[in-house]
This record gives sequence, structure tokens and C-alpha cells, in this order.
Amino acid sequence: MELSLFQYLIRRALQSGVVLLVTGLIAFSMFRFVGDPVENMMGQERTDADIELLREKLGLNDPFFIQYWNFLADAAQGDLGISFRQGRPVVEVLIERLPATIELASVSAFLAIIVGITLGVYVAIKPFGWITNTVLTVSLIGVSLPTFLIGIMLIYLFAVELSWLPSFGRGETVQIGWWSTGLLTVSGIKAIILPAVTLGLYQMTMIMRLVRSEMSEVLNSDFIRFARSRGLPEQKINFRHALKNTLVPVITVTGLQLGSIIAFAIITETVFQWPGLGLLFIDSVQFVDIPIMASYLMFISLMFVSINLIVDILYVMIDPRLRIGEAS
Amino acid sequence: MIEGWREFVRSNFIYSFSRAPVAIGSFVIASSLILFAIAAPFISPYTPYDPATLNLMNGFSAPLAPNAFTGDVFIFGSDDQGRDILSTILFGMRISLFVGFSAVFLAMILGVALGLVAAMAGGVIDAIIMRVADIQLSFPSILIAMLIYGIAKGITPPEMRNEVAIWVLILSIGLSDWVQFARVVRGSAMVELQKEYVEAAKLIGVNRVAIAFRHIFPNVVPSVLVIATISLALAIISEATLSFLGVGAPPTQPSLGTLIRIGQGFLFSGEWWIIFFPSLALLLLALSVNLLGDWLRNTLNPNVGIK
Amino acid sequence: MLLAIENLTIRYPSRFGDFTAVDDASLHLDRGEVLGIVGESGAGKSTIGNAIMGLLQAPGKMVGGSIIFDGQRLDLLSKKELISLRGKKVGMIFQDPMTSLNPLETIEAQLLETVLLHSDLSKADAKLRALELLSEVGISAPAERIKQFPHEFSGGMRQRVVIALVLAGNPDLIIADEPTTALDVSIQATILKLIRTLCHHKNVGVILVTHDMAVIAETTDRVAVMHRGKIVETDNTKSLIASPKHAYTKALISAVPPSNRRIDRFTHVDFAKDRHDRKSIDLKSHWVGKEVYEPAAEKELLKVQNLTKVFNARSSIFSPKRESTLAVDNVTFSILDGETYGIVGESGSGKSTIARLISGIHKPTDGSVLFDGLDLLNGIKSVQDKKKKRKIQMIFQDPYSSLNGRMRVEQIISEPLLLGGFEGSKAELQQLVYDLLFLVELESGAASKYPHAFSGGQRQRISIARALASRPKFLICDEPTSALDVSIQAQILNLLRDLQQRLNLTYLFISHDLPVMRQVCDRIAVMKNGSLVEECPAEEIFTSPQHSYTKDLIRLMPKFER
Repeated sequence: MELSLFQYLIRRALQSGVVLLVTGLIAFSMFRFVGDPVENMMGQERTDADIELLREKLGLNDPFFIQYWNFLADAAQGDLGISFRQGRPVVEVLIERLPATIELASVSAFLAIIVGITLGVYVAIKPFGWITNTVLTVSLIGVSLPTFLIGIMLIYLFAVELSWLPSFGRGETVQIGWWSTGLLTVSGIKAIILPAVTLGLYQMTMIMRLVRSEMSEVLNSDFIRFARSRGLPEQKINFRHALKNTLVPVITVTGLQLGSIIAFAIITETVFQWPGLGLLFIDSVQFVDIPIMASYLMFISLMFVSINLIVDILYVMIDPRLRIGEAS
Repeated sequence: MIEGWREFVRSNFIYSFSRAPVAIGSFVIASSLILFAIAAPFISPYTPYDPATLNLMNGFSAPLAPNAFTGDVFIFGSDDQGRDILSTILFGMRISLFVGFSAVFLAMILGVALGLVAAMAGGVIDAIIMRVADIQLSFPSILIAMLIYGIAKGITPPEMRNEVAIWVLILSIGLSDWVQFARVVRGSAMVELQKEYVEAAKLIGVNRVAIAFRHIFPNVVPSVLVIATISLALAIISEATLSFLGVGAPPTQPSLGTLIRIGQGFLFSGEWWIIFFPSLALLLLALSVNLLGDWLRNTLNPNVGIK
Repeated sequence: MLLAIENLTIRYPSRFGDFTAVDDASLHLDRGEVLGIVGESGAGKSTIGNAIMGLLQAPGKMVGGSIIFDGQRLDLLSKKELISLRGKKVGMIFQDPMTSLNPLETIEAQLLETVLLHSDLSKADAKLRALELLSEVGISAPAERIKQFPHEFSGGMRQRVVIALVLAGNPDLIIADEPTTALDVSIQATILKLIRTLCHHKNVGVILVTHDMAVIAETTDRVAVMHRGKIVETDNTKSLIASPKHAYTKALISAVPPSNRRIDRFTHVDFAKDRHDRKSIDLKSHWVGKEVYEPAAEKELLKVQNLTKVFNARSSIFSPKRESTLAVDNVTFSILDGETYGIVGESGSGKSTIARLISGIHKPTDGSVLFDGLDLLNGIKSVQDKKKKRKIQMIFQDPYSSLNGRMRVEQIISEPLLLGGFEGSKAELQQLVYDLLFLVELESGAASKYPHAFSGGQRQRISIARALASRPKFLICDEPTSALDVSIQAQILNLLRDLQQRLNLTYLFISHDLPVMRQVCDRIAVMKNGSLVEECPAEEIFTSPQHSYTKDLIRLMPKFER
């Protein structure tokens, strides 16, 4: 069995590799073929000779695959080119903005999971009653409201009217090595609340609905009926038997969704002017800063692939049916 | 035909619809909004995008109050340029709905076709299509939409950008949404293919194409309808988001999202109506379509779902 | 008196008015006896069991009568009191062993939980008790197997675990709701024997709910017959079977295929809804009858030689290697023109695969199939060949998935007519559809309806009409009545026999149900694990089986003799 698990992981790793290569290819194509990079890099005063020289230097006259290979090699070493807009190496810019997004995403994810699962379980166990109805109605509105609108509403309520929380920025940050954290200062914590809630609300709603639907299905299944007929108390049935069986499929879907939080951060960061990767990406789209766009794409791809892999491993560890083959 | 219609009216579908106030309510609201949007050029009190009719002095007029300078009344107030908010909302809804429907239509055609092909061809073709779908699914649609926008912007000469923007928007939302359709159709088709009536059809002598269209497809339609309605709500929200971020509908043809973007600037200076009414319209639109889709899903097929 | 139910009435409110699932039902049960409740689907028998446990599916409600268990009124207890009785006093065995156990927990965990709940034992003692229980229900090597997960057990084994779990609380009353319906015949016999033995040894009362009269005959002491919510007759089992009093009971018993002899035709079950007066069609001049010819004596219509089929499938998401299953292993047989050839076997024996190899759904790995001289695997080239191929048609097991739910019956039946080259007006086509419906004893009004408006038995008739529309010579019947109630089964078998005589059809009849096969087949082949182990005339299989496997099957077959 150990060997099979190993083989499985190898296969998944290879698949992930393919995904990364494909993304890399797309990113690379953007680099080279969208707009003329040379044009973008040089100023107004240039001669044809200058252009040709730069072309040669950048290797733009080499065959496609050589360029692709060089691109990949450079990327692996951490050289992702120079931002058209900022004139700095892309890697530098990415690292600078990374902590803001990671912190925001983590806090959101945490909120979404805790609240989402709790509410989902409650609603599944007590399908009737005013609390359930309220939660379901609010969740439906939550899914219908675009994230940016929620953000604006929250800003208006808490920042403008009540002045309890700041309406933009990260507050004060503390530098630990190359990581800047906002979680160690009061103003930093205050600043992260509204964006985290905004970002997490959609995920929270999705998780709640998923948990509810899965758990309701489990609660109606045969083995739960059999457990009831054996006299097991409702508490045990709900939490020991039903919940465990619910969480197994929930974990997979949730894990994948959480990966997308990092990308959805784009919207929240825009509304709150949060200095993270998302805001960076939006700016880069507006100014057609191809290196940033492409590198962001690759970064997201890397994150997704890693999260997918972790989720797969978790799934296998939890569901015994996958570890051991079925009996005849 | 008549027999079919009579059966439909008497069916469970209409029965549960007539008993669900939520469904009726959201259907009424959604259809009203759609009708208003279609009729916008005829029913809107002003023409906000004809520069000749604009009067800067009308700017920042509060709702329902006669303007201090010109005496014109704006039901929902006016923006900084003197445009009537109600009119901008009507035209904005038009754009939002146009993009929404077109994008879903595109996604549906693409998704259903690929899903059917994957299910019926099986083997390598199925594997390839599903792989691509999986890979695309790991990226949130917003990101894909933005990327397409970015690339399109990069290859379009600046003068054309505003005109092409709406089509790029439709393309990007549509291309990011097809996966849902493909997956559901493929799943549904594969279930049908296992059923014995397909075997019977083969024995009778029906060829593969006929099996696909005459037998499989009609059984797949209910799931497609559910996904389509939900997709529409999502498309409307996606479009609003993209426009809000500035990578969607341009200011020359603003959708509700663009209007909100414009209005955000004035929120803190007190002219709340510029952002409030478009937001309300967006909320109503998305909510009613969503509720309809939710109800449709619960009625037609409890298995098609959140996943 | 352990259990006394008086005038029990249970209703389900619905869109079309209230549905009375159980109507004024009364029965009683003593310790140490097995009471059977028998009835066809929808009779209300499971509902009674659920009501006793307090596990009625919403929105069902008990609206009248009483349930007295050991002196206590069960129907008046609070939810909490009911929960404390469950498992400890009353236990229930469910139908499908594949879904009755929690897939994520080991057998040990599940057993311990129940044992500890209903007793004051220490954890160590509880573990011993769990092992004891597993031995009681006949699971070998319990110490090892107890650490395993449910999916590592086969269906029959899982049902034993279920029984162990029910026994863990030492209940006085056990309700077994179709406990062996989902299991193979050979496993069924052992589980039923286990239930009966436990009942008598532990002096518990058992209510056995089933639709299968043979199970009743072998396992129960007394039996109550249910029809549409009412209990029509209660008697001790032997008397009921020997001399039934109520008309429905008589009809029900006459519909059960006897395991000890062959009868010509099932005498009609008068209570069934599907009764119909047959219109007579002059087949000699009718379109359907145009291609009927007298069967040529001793001619081999279908010849199967060295047929082999290997399936390649991945066993789990881990192994990139493909696991191959030998579904059909070098099978050879022939079917004569005009005969009914039967193939019997348990699940996994390969009988259904053979059907699909002949019909062309699967391609064989090796071997050949010749139909009336035509090589089905290689030789279908000309239009003539295709026409010949269409003389093979099939009736399927599941009446619910064998018809396209989105097509009207008229379309379903006209599709093969049109593909068969029917050239006539629309009115003629419609008349032909009506005639075919008459042939299978359905009204012409059925043509404009959709499949969901029909019952299982009626759907099978529509399937038969569809098959007949291709004017077949050879009909493969793949478990055509396994999903039907026994009275409907009798009607369909009658119909198939009539059609065979009128249209000179040849049948390949596939089933797992030996008593049924005794009634319809001329010759029978027995399959085990893909191989054909014995083949001989039908009666000989029952009177003098040769192969050891056949002997086992006959021995374990539930006996219903009349």
C-alpha cells in the first residue's frame, strides 16, 4: 500500500508539473507576443539600430523554444524580468506585496471556515425555525451581492458613519525579516477586519451552503437511520457520525475554493486600497505591464497546484475507502 | 402541441411554482427589470448619453427635488455631469443584461457541445476536454476574464478599445464560464448513456448522432437550464465587478458596475444617490435571478448543485 | 404477548389528497416466533415496521390505533423515551447492507459504541462482547476482521455485521425489513437460517417483512398478508399456503412460480390493475405477422463459440495498472429455433455480459457469435445483414431506465417501425402502434402518454411492444421480471409465452431465479464465474443436477411447493 500511495503522489506531482508548464507557456506567450516588449521598454528616441541591438540582446531572434527554455530557466532562478511600469525587478515587487495578501487571505479563510461550517451544521440539524430562515435568507443575499458592493457598504457603515474602523490601507506594520506583518499592531488589526470580512463573506456563504447540503444528505442516508434505530442519541449521530462523513467531501471543495481567495483578493484590495498582490495586478492590467501580469499568473498557478496537491493528500488520508481497495 | 402545453400547465413544475411566493416574486421582479431594460430608449425620462441634452447646471441634483438652477426634476437625482440617474440605470441595466445573456449564451453553446462530445466520444477526447476543464477550473473566472481583457487591450489599438470593450467583456466572461456547463452536461449524459433505453436504441438501429440528439440531449436539458439561470446571476455579478474594477464596460457605455465605480467617488462627499440607486438596481437584479435559479434547482433536480 | 398492534392507521398527506399507507391493521407477536408480513410493493408492510420503531418517514403520521409492546403504549411515548427503547428493546435490520454501515469507521468502533451504549460493561469487556457477537453471526477470524472497514466486507458479510449490531443491545423484538432482498440466493439462505436460529435460541420475537413468498414459506411460523394497506389474512404459514382463504391471498399464491414443478400458465391474479381484455388481431395478414414463419426443427438459430470477454478497469485511483476481470470464459452453446433457452447464475456469473455480447453492446475479446448464419462480429456489411441483425431484440431488467422518459409511448414504438423501413401514411403508422399496444395488452390511449404515467409492469409491456416493432425472431430477456411484483411477473411471463406461440419467437431467458426458469425454459445453462458449468433440459436441472455448483444452487433455492 505504501508503494501505491507513493506512485499516486508521483503521478499527481507530474500532473501538477504539466499544469505549471502550460501556465508558463501562456505567461511566456504574453511576454513575447502581446504588444512589442522592445517598444514598451524603450523611450521615444530610438533608432532602428538600437531596436535591433536590444532584440539581439534579449534573445528575441532566437527560435521559440529556446526563448521558452530561457524564460523557464530564468524564472526558476527567480528572475522574472523587469516591471514596465515600475522599472524594478518583478521579483522584488512581488515579494514586497506578498505578505499583505497572504495575511488577508489567511484571516479571511479562517473566518470563512469557522463561521461557514458552524452555520452549515446548525442549519442542517435544525432545518426549521427563525434562526435558520434568517441565516438562509442572509446567505442568499450574500451570494447575490458582489464583493465590491459589500466592501463599499461596510466602509460606509463602519468607517464613515461610525468611524470605528479605517476605510483603507493596512495600518501600521511590523517588519520581520522580509515579511511585513500588520497583525502585531492595534491599528493593523483594526485595518484588516473589514477587508477580511468582505473577502471571506462569499466563501463563508459557499461553505455554509455546501456543508448544509452535504450534511442534510448524510442525515437522510441509510446508515444514519440504522444508527438511530440502534438507539444512539441525536447528539452522537449529528456530530460523530454525520459530521465526519460530511467533512470528507467538504474538505476537497473547500480547499479548492480557498485557493481562489487569493485571486478574489483582487477585488477587496481594490476597494480597500490594500497594498497587496491583487491591487498590483489590477494596476498592471490597466497599464499593460506584461511582466507583472505574467508573473502573477504563474504565482497563482503555483499556489493552486500546491493547494490541490495538499487537498488530495488530505482526502486520501481521511477516507479509508481510498487507501485500501474494495472487497468483492 | 396543445396536449403538451396542457400537460405542462398541470405538471408538478407549475404546481410548485404557483405555491412558492419566492419564485413568483423573483420571477415578477426579474422579468420587470428585463422589460424595463429592453424598453429603456422609450421609457427613460432623459437621454443621458446624448451630450446635446446635458446641462452641467443640472449636476448633483438631489432625488425628487427640483434643481435649483433649471427646475428639472430627477427622480433618483443626477450625477456630476447632470445625467439623470434613473435613465443611466435603465441604460446601464441594458448593458449589464446584454453582457450577461450573451456571455451565458456563449458559455452554454461551448459547454454543452464540449460536454456532449466528451461524454459520447469517451476515451482520449474525453480525457483531454476534462483535463482542460480541470485546469481552467482551478483559476477563478475573474482572473481569467481579467487576463483576456489584458491581452485584448494589449493587442487592440487605443482608438478601438472603447468600442471593442463590450465584446471583450462578453468573450472573457463566456470563456471562463463554459466549464460548469460542460461538466454538468457530461455528467448527465454519462448517466443517460448507462441507461438501458440507449442500448435498446442501438439494437433498433439508431445511429450515434441520432442517439445524441434525439435521446440524450432532451434528458440533459433540465440540468442545463438550472446551470444557465445560476450562471446568469453570476455573469451579471462578474460583469459588474469587472466594470467596477475598470476592466469592463467603459464610461461611454456604462453598465451598473461602471456607474457604481463612478459613484464611489462621491459617496464620501455626500451625494449618496449617485452610488445608491445603481447599487440597489444591481442587488435586485442579481437577487431575483439567483432566487429563481435556486428555486429551479430545487424543483427540477436536487442533484445538480453547489459543487 | 410481546407485541400487539390494534387498528393501526397511517396516512401520508400529499398533493392529491391523503394517502393511506396502512389501513386499520391489527397483528400480534409472541416471543420466540417469526411473524412474516408479506405483500407487494406499496402494500404498507415496511411502514408498519417503521411505525413500531418510531422512524416513520416524514410526512407520514399515525392517525389511529395503538402499538402495545411488552405492556407499554409505544405510540404514546415521548421522543426521548422512544430513543431509550431503540436498540435495547426493539431492533431493526435494514434492507441494503451496502449502505447500512458508517463507511468511515471500523467495525470495532461501531460495535463498541452500540455495546457500551446498552450495557454497563468496561471497555475491555465490551471488546470481548463485540468479538462474541461476530462469532455468533458466523464471521470467521473475528479478531482480525473486527479491525477492518465496511467496504472490506462482502454484502452477505456486511449483513451479518448488521445483525451483530442489532443483537448488541439484546432486544426482545427484531424487525427485519427485506433483509435478504439485496443478496444472492445462496447467501440469502444462510442469512435467513441465521435469523430463524437466533429467534428461537434467544427467545426474541421477529417480524420478517418481505415480498417473497418462498422466504415466507421457509422462514416464518405465522404470516400476515397485506394488500394496499390492509391486512387481508393472517394464519400460520403452513395452513395459509396450503389453503388460503382470502381472494387476494389465493391470487398471490397462484402467481408464485412453484419450485417443484412446471405449470403451463399462471392463473390470473384478479386483484391486479393490469387486467385487460385481449383484442384479437389476425396475425396472418397483419404487418407484424408478415415475417413469421414456422420454426425449423433442430436448426441452430444462435451459435456461440468460445466466447470470451475480459474487462480492463482500474481498481482504485492509485494503481496506474489496469486490473482485468474475466467476465466470460470460453463459453460455447447453441440455441435452437423456437426454443426458450435459459441462462441462470448469481451476480458476477457473466450472464448479463453474454446478453450484451450477443446484442453487440460489448465486443468480445475472443470467440464468435453466429446468428442464422450471419457472423455478428465481422459480417455485418450489407443492408440485408443489418436487417437480419435487427431480428435480435432485447427486454431489459429495469423498467425505469429502459424507456426514454422524454419520449411519448407513440414515439418510442414508432421509432423502430420507421427505422425498419415502414412506408405508409401517418394514420397507418399510428394504427400500427395501437395494434402493437393491443398485442401487449395495453389500451390505445397509452400512446400519447409519457413513461412516467405507467407502472413497472406496464413499462415492461411497452418495452416488449418496442421490441416487437422490429419484428424480431430472437428475443433476449435479461431478468425481465426481477424488478416486478410477483403478480405482475406472472402476467408478463404469461404474455411472453403467448407471444412466443403466436409469433414463433425464440427466447434467451436470463435470470437468477430458478423457480421462474423452471416455468419458462426448455433448456437451462448454469453459469459460474464466467464459465458455463452445466447445460441440460430444464426439468433435469431440478430432478438430477450433475455439477456440484448446480446441486448447491438447487439445494439453497427457496422452496415454494404446490
